[in-house]
Amino acid sequence: MSFYEKMMTLDRRWVYLCVGIAVAVPLFVPFTVPVSVTPEVRSVYDFVESLKEGDRLFIAIDYDPTVMAELQPMSLTIMRQCFAKGVKLIISALHQNGPGMAEQLVSLVSKEFDKKSGVDYCYLGYKPYPGLTILAMGQNFRIPFPQDYYGVSLDSMPMMQGVRNYDQVKAIIAMEAGWVADSWIRDANGRYKVPVALGVTGVMAADYFQYLPSKQIFGLMGGLKGAAEYESLAKQKERQATGRMKVQTIAHIMVIIFIVIGNVGFFMSKRKK
Amino acid sequence: MRWQIPLLIVLLCGVVVAVQYFVPLEELEFIYENALDWIIITGVFAMMLGLWSLFRVSISKVQNKAPGWGYNLITLAGLFGMLFLGYRVESLAEGSLFMKLFRYVYIPIQATMFSLLAFYVASAAYRAFRARTVVSTILLATALIIMLRMIPLGFLSNWNQVLANWILTVPNMAAKRAIAMGVGLGMIATALKIVLGIERAYMGRD
Repeated sequence: MSFYEKMMTLDRRWVYLCVGIAVAVPLFVPFTVPVSVTPEVRSVYDFVESLKEGDRLFIAIDYDPTVMAELQPMSLTIMRQCFAKGVKLIISALHQNGPGMAEQLVSLVSKEFDKKSGVDYCYLGYKPYPGLTILAMGQNFRIPFPQDYYGVSLDSMPMMQGVRNYDQVKAIIAMEAGWVADSWIRDANGRYKVPVALGVTGVMAADYFQYLPSKQIFGLMGGLKGAAEYESLAKQKERQATGRMKVQTIAHIMVIIFIVIGNVGFFMSKRKK
Repeated sequence: MRWQIPLLIVLLCGVVVAVQYFVPLEELEFIYENALDWIIITGVFAMMLGLWSLFRVSISKVQNKAPGWGYNLITLAGLFGMLFLGYRVESLAEGSLFMKLFRYVYIPIQATMFSLLAFYVASAAYRAFRARTVVSTILLATALIIMLRMIPLGFLSNWNQVLANWILTVPNMAAKRAIAMGVGLGMIATALKIVLGIERAYMGRD
């Protein structure tokens, strides 16, 4: 087998080893990756920044621990930004594996800002059949969620007085890792006309770009880069996504190098024949 | 009668919920609320059926010592362990064994499983992205442009961003919208077939 044929048919274990080294080394080498902000992320930031004290925002934390690395930083940053401005949050977790993780996140951020459940935020928790839950909340939050995650009646909460459905929230920012994003667009925005922005995983971002020009969503944060862009705008102390960008950058470079190696081997071995 | 009653239930439920969706009167809200409750109750029974099925398959493999039966034993242990630990509301409290297992076992396992994808994607990209034909070259170039969005390239980043935006907002959007229209029309057709009793696969075999 010629050198170029070997280039084309590298044992995959070499690929795994190189990628493993590529993602491990940046953890020990301090450097930062410059992040340029895209308009679709800026529009989410500008919207949240325009909210006033006492406004209500709905945040949907609809993901599970598998995609925590990408979506948790954007959830954290937005929640901190809202609490710092005095915006009241209604939070749901419509992924069956996510409520515990979402509760952990809500507790962490609420303790930082000394925010109280029922006064400053309302964590609704999980209900099955996300599509139906989203539709039901459009009529009344109390249909799927008569009580919050902790068993407290919504009617007894000061922040939920006069809050019936999406008409009383400024927008929905949904962090999604699956098809529930379609339900938010189709049902919450399509039927109830509430503004929706999405935070999705990197692989999903291309799927949801189509909703931006049609204004079915007013913003889109895609993957770790989207989270890093939001963090660069928010200028908070903790920037998880920004720190992880260097690992993603090196991993991408490694993948591109292997693609180039494979193609060079392919063309050179074709030429030799 | 065995066939007619389920078909009638499907027809009634489908028509009633569709009418309620397109006629959002407050007087009809009770239909919606009741339908949601019934769907959740039915879903719980479906979940119990799924649990029973999982239990039956796993127990059978353990009893017969089928290849890999140890994994089925771990599945059963995990299933019943978490069920037993998590059935009370107090299990959700900070520091409970249920939450510790969730945070320090389940979350790391899930994150690890997803992280393995990075290696598989790298290997698959190395093998699949070859410029063998014109179409595969276009695919390769497009993938490289989109991937390079994530990498700082200095002054080249601006050019790459313009190209990537064009790809996402023109050909990508056209294709995605066409697919979404097709899927939507397919869903309407399938839903109509089910409601009208033309499609009966959900009833199983006779």
